Amino acid sequence: MSWQTVLGFEVHIELGTNTKMFCACPADHFGKAPNTQVCPVCLGLPGALPVPNATAIEWCIKLGLSLGCEVNLFSKFDRKNYFYPDLPKGYQISQYDIPFCKDGQLLGHKITRVHLEEDTGKLQHQASETLIDFNRSGVPLVEVVTEADFADSTDSDRFLKELQQIVRTLGISTADMEKGSMRLEANISIRHPGDPLPNYKIEVKNVNSFRFIKKAIDFEVARQTQIRQAGQIPVQETRGFKEASGETVSQRVKEEANDYRYFPEPDIPPLEFTKEQIEIWRRELPELPAQVRQELISKYQLSPHYAVIISADPNMLAEFMKNPVKPTADALVNKRPVQTTAFIPVDKKIVEKILVANPRAVEDLKAGKQQALFFLIGQIKKQVGNVDVTLTQKLINEIL
Amino acid sequence: MLNKLSLIESLDGLRSKKFTSEQLVQACLDQIQKFNPKLNAFLAINEKALDEAKKADVSKSLGGIPIAVKDNFLTIGLPTTASSKVLEGYMPQYESTVTTKLKEAGAIIIGKTNMDAWAHGSSTETSDFGATLNPWDTGHLPGGSSGGSAAAVAADMCIAAIGSETAGSIRQPAAWCGVTGFKPTYGRVSRYGVIAMASSTDSPGPLAKSVGDCAIITQVIAGHDPYDATSSPSSVPNLAPSTKHLTPLRIGLAKEYLVGQSRPAVLEAAKQFEKLGAKVEEVSLLHPKYSIGVYTIIQRSEVSSNLARYDGIRYGQDRSFFGDEAKRRIMLGTYALSSGYYDQYYTKAQKVRTLIIKDFDQAFKKFDLIIGPTSPGPALKVGASIDSPMFGELEDMLLEPSSIAGLTSISVPCGFVDGLPIGLQITGPQFAESLVLQAAHSYQQATTWHVRKPQLS
Repeated sequence: MSWQTVLGFEVHIELGTNTKMFCACPADHFGKAPNTQVCPVCLGLPGALPVPNATAIEWCIKLGLSLGCEVNLFSKFDRKNYFYPDLPKGYQISQYDIPFCKDGQLLGHKITRVHLEEDTGKLQHQASETLIDFNRSGVPLVEVVTEADFADSTDSDRFLKELQQIVRTLGISTADMEKGSMRLEANISIRHPGDPLPNYKIEVKNVNSFRFIKKAIDFEVARQTQIRQAGQIPVQETRGFKEASGETVSQRVKEEANDYRYFPEPDIPPLEFTKEQIEIWRRELPELPAQVRQELISKYQLSPHYAVIISADPNMLAEFMKNPVKPTADALVNKRPVQTTAFIPVDKKIVEKILVANPRAVEDLKAGKQQALFFLIGQIKKQVGNVDVTLTQKLINEIL
Repeated sequence: MLNKLSLIESLDGLRSKKFTSEQLVQACLDQIQKFNPKLNAFLAINEKALDEAKKADVSKSLGGIPIAVKDNFLTIGLPTTASSKVLEGYMPQYESTVTTKLKEAGAIIIGKTNMDAWAHGSSTETSDFGATLNPWDTGHLPGGSSGGSAAAVAADMCIAAIGSETAGSIRQPAAWCGVTGFKPTYGRVSRYGVIAMASSTDSPGPLAKSVGDCAIITQVIAGHDPYDATSSPSSVPNLAPSTKHLTPLRIGLAKEYLVGQSRPAVLEAAKQFEKLGAKVEEVSLLHPKYSIGVYTIIQRSEVSSNLARYDGIRYGQDRSFFGDEAKRRIMLGTYALSSGYYDQYYTKAQKVRTLIIKDFDQAFKKFDLIIGPTSPGPALKVGASIDSPMFGELEDMLLEPSSIAGLTSISVPCGFVDGLPIGLQITGPQFAESLVLQAAHSYQQATTWHVRKPQLS
């Protein structure tokens, strides 16, 4: 019996506002000397009170609008109570039952909610002690929660990249995964098609690139399939990703559901928005990636492939718009520096040349040695750059 | 005996150069030295008070006036503990908005006053640094949680004091110590830098020797604060009560509140208001028992979250230093917020809170002000709060409704029972500070209860 992946995401995006979520400290904490951007509020000192950052709220709602969400005209902040050394108040100010935005969709995937909260401090573990840096404490953090409606890691890869592009287009965050300004959490389980949702869920977090989250998902689906084939149920837990081995590893087993004892944040009055205000923000939205792509295709007759490449890079897009004709696009795309995300089209003639130059490998391949194939593809890559392996393989097979 | 002066008298004397701020501060320090060992009203004394007095600018609204501050207001240079051992020796890194404003107005913080630990109580007996005693009779409690501030004012150890009220913590000790205690509307005075008890009802305010004194201090500390999102943006009117006659007010005498030994004195006070030209009628309000339930749930819930930061990582003492009362409140609040119980307790409490607010709205359509006893009776004996976990709720039952509705209210002395003072509360709608102060002032113009002083020995 076949298995179906149940996959959904929680994506955290640190906003690039000037100041933190509830105080006037600078929000840009990357590479700053520890505990130099702190105040009574973000240190959670006795008597300190949070005052919400209006820009962060506007940006959160604009992201929601860009994701086709409905905006709650009445909203509020709530306290999420839990103990952790990086959380100086003993609670995180977040949103519980009335997020700013809900029920959106992106590339056919449902967005459950988009809400605003504060980031925590950072723990730095040393030999015998743990240090706490509160520069990040209180930085505005948007959380985008999706439904578990992704078929596989390819499906989610497209979605996550699109989300990053939207955030960048809005200019609300660098959405840089290596710096942690965009953080992905995948919730993964598997079931038989038609079955109800499984009663377990594996959370994979602390993955800092699209490539790795894709690998992590693939690994996790394979691992869970093996466990379930054997008639067992995977242990409900949080897992991390080991880049070297490409495996996910257990980080924390969740024995029981945390009770966060949410209640309305009494230090911040509820927020109300008018429909007019929301409409003003909606009108202020820039052209989003999907619109730009559509325009490149319909107005400038570019191929969807080119439209994706050009729209993803603001510099390239600007360059193209100076002279929006196909030859410009050709020039731009071919000159484009090699990236793992896009492939350079491979010419059949080059493949033929490589095959002629490597007769022994060709012989080995004909004899069924798979390694020879990878050797040949490697040679082609050396010559051309980052080519699509599947396509190249197809070409080699055709020629032989 | 300069320390016996009221705030208004002190300001007059300083401005007309009858005496200096230094002399005034010295008189208070002498009184503290003499009686604090017995009363335990102060936890810390400002060693620089005299130096500050030398430099005092008496032209400012509180220039040169020694003011005592409850120990839950953060003050740079003075330890701030909220009377809990968890914060023993804690030196704040920043100044509360209220004390900043006091200092800017020229006041001298003379010291920090004792309170129920974390403001959890109505006796000052739960202080981790020993109970404060009532200056009228040291066998009795001063009330609380601002008991140290109330006792300091009653014993003339300062000219006036700052307290904070979550539900009765200014008015009840003011009543038990025979001083005037004013609770402004929630949001009228900033909570920034006040160690939080129950965030949705905490209201700082003055305890002083007269209504006029309270008005001057409130004028200084009230107003919008960009550091407190719950502080009201509306401007503060002139709060100084005038000497002119009270305009014919409609006053409701809260029927359900007329209980205990305070009743006769309050009925007398009602007659006094009629003499002053007011029309006094009985009004039926929701029974205070509903407020006790609502307040207990909401306050405990907020407390359990507000005290989470004292987790032993940053503030010297760990959680084992929490006293029994704090532990009880943390446990009850944690329970009330737990999943499966939240709707049953917290959500329900918020609904009833809305009903209480509506009940007052209804009453204020018919009446300008509502009066009643501050507390069912005079100060209870030392030890009364021990083994009585609901002590505060019962002693504050007549104050909790106005607190959870966020109203403004004052307690003024209105009589004595067995040699102990009794308080009258005068409550108005939100932001009706001027009206409440004016009515209370008119009452004090016609009575002398507030000028009586305890015999200290």
